[in-house]
Amino acid sequence: MNGSGVRVAVTGLGVVAPNGLGAEAYWTATRKGTSGIGRISRFVPDGYPAQLAGEIEGFAAAEYLPGRLLPQTDRMTQLALVAADWAFEDAAVRPGELPEFEMGVITASSSGGFEFGQRELQALWSQGSRYVSAYQSFAWFYAVNSGQISIRNGMRGPSGVVVSDQAGGLDAVAQARRQIRKGTRLVMSGAVDASICPWGWVAQMASNRLSTRTDPERAYLPFDAAANGHVAGEGGALLVLEELEQARARGAKQIYGEIAGYGSTLDPRPGSERPAGLRKAIELALADAGATPGEIDVVFADAAAIPELDRIEAAAINEVFGAGAVPVTAPKTMTGRLYSGAAPLDLAAAFLAMRDGVIPPSIGVTPSPEHGLDLVVDQERTATVRSALVIARGHGGFNSAIVVRSAA
Amino acid sequence: MASHEFTIDDLKRILREGAGADEGVDLDGDIIDTDFESLGYESLAMLETGGRIEREFGVTLDDDTLTDAKTPRALIESVNALLVPTEIG
Repeated sequence: MNGSGVRVAVTGLGVVAPNGLGAEAYWTATRKGTSGIGRISRFVPDGYPAQLAGEIEGFAAAEYLPGRLLPQTDRMTQLALVAADWAFEDAAVRPGELPEFEMGVITASSSGGFEFGQRELQALWSQGSRYVSAYQSFAWFYAVNSGQISIRNGMRGPSGVVVSDQAGGLDAVAQARRQIRKGTRLVMSGAVDASICPWGWVAQMASNRLSTRTDPERAYLPFDAAANGHVAGEGGALLVLEELEQARARGAKQIYGEIAGYGSTLDPRPGSERPAGLRKAIELALADAGATPGEIDVVFADAAAIPELDRIEAAAINEVFGAGAVPVTAPKTMTGRLYSGAAPLDLAAAFLAMRDGVIPPSIGVTPSPEHGLDLVVDQERTATVRSALVIARGHGGFNSAIVVRSAA
Repeated sequence: MASHEFTIDDLKRILREGAGADEGVDLDGDIIDTDFESLGYESLAMLETGGRIEREFGVTLDDDTLTDAKTPRALIESVNALLVPTEIG
């Protein structure tokens, strides 16, 4: 069936973020400009060049999950399972009451279960192969969040994982939309990443994009003249996606809005004379949504905080919308960059911005005039938000953009 | 002789440590003849449990031992059969 006309709605949000556990806690903190960035506490960061992170505090997996799941899951999966539970609860959907083949799980992942993997690799080289957990066979794996959410909730419809670094968080939601258009009733989508452990940290440092500053308020400053890299964080968001009319027909508690348009591109190879692909991804997303630039009320930026990448993003936004013509924000200045979890969290923020008529701030940033952006800084801004654009770029040249729109 | 006998308490401890316990099951109850499956332990959980028994008790379990032992009693007997005293009398 050709379902390109089918409208896909978001009816539930499950958020696990460094500045708030649960969608409302995250949103309250984000509106106030409360940061979750601090010195790493999960291991001693003294010997590492980057020592700050957006860590989720106060999450005790055993409070939420069965004892059988704990020994076989990495922290990122425990966070994802709880976020999925919360998203279902928010959507007032009991997965056990729906046909199992009509529900799918499509998440993104950028690193897999590094903490679990580190523990087992340490056991391997210090004690031998007999000391490696049987669960290492899947606990580290990119697809493990999709798999465990599927098993826990009895969801056996179209499922999978997308691995395209930070862009993956949007690519997964786009894939979920495709599956709903093909007839799947409900898809849990989005992403939760977490790899704040020494092994994961070293892997992240290899990008040379981590800020080495030690003052949490001066470390991650996208679009600022002082930008010099990002702070990494853990967490993300999961979203319940349903076909809009079906969601209305079942009397969904709320419809946050719809996934209206999506575009993705790959950058040309390094050294190529061809332009970066980000502007094209934005244009494709707008065209897919049937939206003009003037209809977009706010842009949630990728906000790399690498001067060249900031320039590319600001230029793409200004070329599409006109210089300074659309409010831009980066609430990830309060969480750090969450890799595949970042963009789904921005989607959640975009829907909540629509609900409450506010644009959350980017904190700590003094926007550089060079970029010519109308960056919402310091405090939230009251605004009618009916459409928003969320941008995410992944290491290696991935560019993705999603337009979300109020379903009213 | 072998370090010690493999008991039901050893098994319960190893199950908890390696695979966790299902909330719906009382491992401290009388489980000696209850199927592992109804206790919530699927094949991977049994693989993990077997691995832990092997390294703690210094035995090697055949693949069949784990798949054939449907209950704690059967597994305990199989493991103890391998724990032959090395000095007699």
